[in-house]
Amino acid sequence: MKFLTTNFVRCPISKCDNSLKAFPLQYKNCELIQEELEFNPEFLANILDRLNWEAIIAVAGDLGNDSLPPTKPENVDPKDPENEQLLKDLHTLLIETQITEGEMHCGECGHIYYIKSSIPNFLLPPHLV
Amino acid sequence: MGNKYLLYLAKAHLDFRRAELESLADLYNLKVDLSNLSEDSPFVIVEIENDDLAAKWISRSILCRGVYEYWGETTEDWGQLHESVKQNSRSKWEKYAKTSFKFDFIGYQGSRNQKSQVEVIEQFSYLPFTGPIRMKKPDVVFTVIEQFIENTETSTRKFFGREVGLSEREKGVLDKFDLRKRRYVGTTSFEAELSLVTVNVAQTNVGKIMYDPFVGTGSFLVTGAHFGALTIGSDIDMKPLMGKKKNTIQANFKQYGTSLNFLDTCTMDFTHNAFRKDFIIDTICCDPPYGVREGLKVLGTSRPEHFVGKENIEIDGIKAFLRKDYVPTKKAYSLGNMLDDLLDFAAKRLPIDGRLVFWMPVANDEDYTTSIPHHEKLELKYNCVQKFNKWSRRMLCYVKRDDGYEGQTIRAGEVIKNEFRNRYFSGFNEASLD
Repeated sequence: MKFLTTNFVRCPISKCDNSLKAFPLQYKNCELIQEELEFNPEFLANILDRLNWEAIIAVAGDLGNDSLPPTKPENVDPKDPENEQLLKDLHTLLIETQITEGEMHCGECGHIYYIKSSIPNFLLPPHLV
Repeated sequence: MGNKYLLYLAKAHLDFRRAELESLADLYNLKVDLSNLSEDSPFVIVEIENDDLAAKWISRSILCRGVYEYWGETTEDWGQLHESVKQNSRSKWEKYAKTSFKFDFIGYQGSRNQKSQVEVIEQFSYLPFTGPIRMKKPDVVFTVIEQFIENTETSTRKFFGREVGLSEREKGVLDKFDLRKRRYVGTTSFEAELSLVTVNVAQTNVGKIMYDPFVGTGSFLVTGAHFGALTIGSDIDMKPLMGKKKNTIQANFKQYGTSLNFLDTCTMDFTHNAFRKDFIIDTICCDPPYGVREGLKVLGTSRPEHFVGKENIEIDGIKAFLRKDYVPTKKAYSLGNMLDDLLDFAAKRLPIDGRLVFWMPVANDEDYTTSIPHHEKLELKYNCVQKFNKWSRRMLCYVKRDDGYEGQTIRAGEVIKNEFRNRYFSGFNEASLD
């Protein structure tokens, strides 16, 4: 599971639908790997628009990274060399950092979802569907 | 007023031509009149502003082979073709007087031998081209395209034009995505050609997010990624997502050089979806399980009374359902209900003009029109059929419309149960057993 995906998933249980605590999930006991992938500044600049920055900071914190800028970098021109370091850092964090095993806890209902062999599992028991 | 161009189409999936060509034109904001497009002919003449637009439009196509600037045509002999070329293209000649060039021959349902090709080329000596002839990388390619009477050396229709752009098909994309050459496939993997057409009709594109809620081995993800989309999939069945040893969905992306375009696959029942509500999914492509090779399942149980109180069971002091090794129950579901859920999901999650493209099976002796689901905020844009012996599958394309759109909702859950599976296994010989 790429770090990037943590920014797109929340607790799927319907009673958590309107809770602000169901996103992002809280990441615990995670095993991480870095997988080297081609750096593409345009791709990252495009992704930036889709990110919930507060959730990026929260999940990075769960995983032991407290070095992110507190506000989302806006209007990042991928062709400007001044942005290269920022985009490279984001590439390393969002794309290359992957969670191979771990737990995702819902801050609202406390349900635990697992990441197994890099695949997050959101299946629910019968009493929660 | 545009310039005249000739499209040369592949003899494949004729019912899908219009859907693909219109969708790609719309994707690139190209206004083009395709009213002359017909299933009976591999040729259509269109008007487009310039070469660049024409080439861009066709570059992604799977069902078109190439686009040519129109210089002339005939249904009679060579003399008539030359008359037509002189009449239609004289004003264009000077531009190519000094550029390097070559002649190319294309035969539909036949071909012309090399000796005869040379004879034809010699007839074009009236063209005032003094540039060098280059067989490799010439600046301009002039193409003779002929339609032959099958298994003969007689051509009944001849075109002459200047090559403007070739399609993905001509550049070998079908071979590249051939399932036999793909590292990781399964019994439900979707064939290369139509999975490429699917993502074209869905208008997946660079920088867009594409989601497949029945992802399986990821057939639509790799073709969507080929056209630049960031792809994500989910499946209620974990097995195909895990792959077999080193053969995985990720390995397929690596094979195609698009690892960056793969986001993730999740084990998930898409009707209990974990994507946050404001995560924009630009397009949805899928082939929902028909229940032929795999049962159609969703989360839950068909015997709820059996599970009363089971949520309190603990193992080693931890609630059983919160343990890593817990396997949730699933229950059978009907294809119709699943399609209704899919349309509801698409109507909620797609942006305006976003597309949902999915496949559904129909027995050939049934009236399919009654079983196609509709949603009031989704316009059914295309309904293309691929026919097999006794059954067909239909590719349905819906476009999300704005609040002002007032469509009709027709639930498939009322009409489609799981009879397709029963009929499939009974060889379509008898009515549904169900």
